[in-house]
Amino acid sequence: MIETIFSRPESLREVSTHYCPGCTHGITHRLIAEVLDELGLRERTVGVAPVGCAVLAYNYFNCDFAEAAHGRAPAMATGIKRCRPNLIVFTYQGDGDLASIGTAEIFHAANRGEKFTVIFVNNAIYGMTGGQMAPTTMPNQKATTCPFGRDVETAGYPVRVCEVLSKITTPSYIARVTAAVPKEIPRAKDALRKAFQYQAENRCFSLVEFVSTCPTNWGMNPLKACEWAVSDMMPYYPLGEFKTPDDPLPAGLNLIEGDE
Amino acid sequence: MLTEVVMAGFGGQGLMLIGKLLAEASMDEGKEVCWLPSYGPEMRGGTANCTVVVSDNPVASPVINKPRTLVAMNRPSLEKFGPKVRSGGLVLINSSLIDVNTGRDDVTEVLIAANEEAQKIGNDKAANMVILGAYIGIMEVCTLDSVIKWMEHQFEGKQKIIDLNRKALERGFELGKAAEVKV
Amino acid sequence: MARVLMKGNEAIGEAAIRAGCRFFFGYPITPQSEVPEYLAKRFPEVDGHFIQAESEVAASNMIYGAACSGTRVLTTSSSPGISLMSEAISYCAGTEVPVVFVNIVRAGPGLGGILPSQGDYWQATRGMGHGDFRILVLAPNCVQEAADLIMLAFDLADKYTNPVMILGDGIIGQMMEPVEFGEMVDPETLPEKPWALTGAKGREPNILTSLFLDPNVLEALNQRLLAKYRQMEAVEKRWETYNISDNMDLAVYAWGTMSRIGKTAIDELKERGIEIGLFRPITLYPYPYEAAGEVASKAKKLISIELSTGQMIDDVRLAAPGREVNFFGRQGGIVPTPEDVRDEFLKLIES
Repeated sequence: MIETIFSRPESLREVSTHYCPGCTHGITHRLIAEVLDELGLRERTVGVAPVGCAVLAYNYFNCDFAEAAHGRAPAMATGIKRCRPNLIVFTYQGDGDLASIGTAEIFHAANRGEKFTVIFVNNAIYGMTGGQMAPTTMPNQKATTCPFGRDVETAGYPVRVCEVLSKITTPSYIARVTAAVPKEIPRAKDALRKAFQYQAENRCFSLVEFVSTCPTNWGMNPLKACEWAVSDMMPYYPLGEFKTPDDPLPAGLNLIEGDE
Repeated sequence: MLTEVVMAGFGGQGLMLIGKLLAEASMDEGKEVCWLPSYGPEMRGGTANCTVVVSDNPVASPVINKPRTLVAMNRPSLEKFGPKVRSGGLVLINSSLIDVNTGRDDVTEVLIAANEEAQKIGNDKAANMVILGAYIGIMEVCTLDSVIKWMEHQFEGKQKIIDLNRKALERGFELGKAAEVKV
Repeated sequence: MARVLMKGNEAIGEAAIRAGCRFFFGYPITPQSEVPEYLAKRFPEVDGHFIQAESEVAASNMIYGAACSGTRVLTTSSSPGISLMSEAISYCAGTEVPVVFVNIVRAGPGLGGILPSQGDYWQATRGMGHGDFRILVLAPNCVQEAADLIMLAFDLADKYTNPVMILGDGIIGQMMEPVEFGEMVDPETLPEKPWALTGAKGREPNILTSLFLDPNVLEALNQRLLAKYRQMEAVEKRWETYNISDNMDLAVYAWGTMSRIGKTAIDELKERGIEIGLFRPITLYPYPYEAAGEVASKAKKLISIELSTGQMIDDVRLAAPGREVNFFGRQGGIVPTPEDVRDEFLKLIES
């Protein structure tokens, strides 16, 4: 008897992606799809695609999808989720989309405790537009708009999204994982599962950041890119859970009692 | 029938409210009405005013430059709007707070000591109701009963305020009738 | 239902509820803040949801998302806020989803002032965002019509899967007039939207996007939109005329609040034997060119009166080619009085 032990998740379509060889978007997509399958959520899931390399993500996932304006995916997801709270809504955003043009939208969605899930792909560069500096580009890392390397005197230090969002008082689930290191991939999937599970339980906002690679715009082969993500990004972008909905509220909150 | 009134005074004197009550009572009696407030920075501190138009026909312009009637609750309001009242019109002056008049001989002026009258009834905060009562006593735009009905609606559940306001409206109405003005 | 006295902004909120709208995403800005304030208080009574967004950018993208979910949804703002919303409006037009926006126009440009203006006419009718699209623009001139047009706007948005804008001004928003509302529409009874994002259960996934990288596909979208606009132009034009006769001394063109100021001036001059007619477009897009042109053909002179430096005058010229179109307007939030307008009419007639 032949047993199927590996197949395409139902939540992925049977198409080839446009992603560059060695890019970790493909693994990230697959992990999301596996989790949606395993939790039985596909038929009530709506994804929101960003502007960036994943702009065509809606062609790859086998669920309803909307395409947002640049940075506005959390606002759009808010609209969808509030109107149809029984849906499972997720955004899939890159670093330019989420941490630059969409900073207000992600911050306030997290602060309102919107019950949707954000997958944040941080590869320290603008991929789709051709290798420009991102808010998460590392100090002295070269990009087409910082050809001599990121100058922290003028561009500031890279934005650490998990660290910032986990400081928000509103309960949430915030974790940073990677798909660039094979042994970390099960942990990444665990984080995604928790994120979607919390949403399914209507508990909290959830965000999973993926430290990712961009071999094309980094000018490295895929293996070197994975090594660089470990050696140059992860010390500054450490993996782990930053916040869970079980964390206690900070001290000093003087809760005003509501009207009768 | 077409009546326009500018009701003006300090913010907090309740001019917007009496304008609204006049509009609601008139609407209730089948008239077409329009209530237009001053808004924005004008609302902060200084004077507050609203324009109410009551008509048998649909109200054309909600913006009235030369009203037929004016209710002035303080001096800056009288000075601002007094000169704009149409010739032959009515100016109702709160003589408790205003010690001058328009200086015009082509309008009818009626002095009502609204704050003092309200004080006699129990609280000078009801001065706005005294002057509204006087206004409808003179102009007969709508009935006193309708105004009382909408005032009661406005302050539903606050019986003390309703009682005070009713007395103030009735007292003002008497004063308006007693003025024996025909406009 | 009996008539109630209501502020225009509140009537807009109530009318949206009557139309079956249960979601509002917005951001405060004078002079329209009474709409979100009204709905924040009223919505819980009808199981509605009010969300104060962090900005107009976010609010408009929230309603874009809400519309994608197939839900009737509203936002309201005023000029500077509407500029921020132009991004989402363009996306809604490109994605072909129904949304209703209200612009209670204030004087500009820039931060401008907070007093009434009609200076966003061009923006609404010509350039409500990047790209090649149109939105339906409805312009009420009283509180009752504001309520009626809100109800209509939701139906038109659904009918054309296109954004619809109500264009008012500070006076429409702030004044109180009697209003009678239509029957309450139960959101549950609205027609299904098979294209909406509701979860791909038992069907192929729905994808809502305005991205079309293949120029042939995008051109096909542009052509489909054009056909939709032609259909709107064929059947959705609405207007009002007042005191039209065959040999008028003057035809006045005005929309919104200015039309009422014009009416008062017309009535006054009629008593003096001067015949002036008024043409008021209710749909600013599609503009009722033919009807406006017919009125022009019956008048010796034409004038457009506006709370701007002259924007609708472009459409009057298109409606009456070859005719001289005069203009009178005030700006900065100053609203001319009926006397100002009357004097302007007289000056023009006597010249």
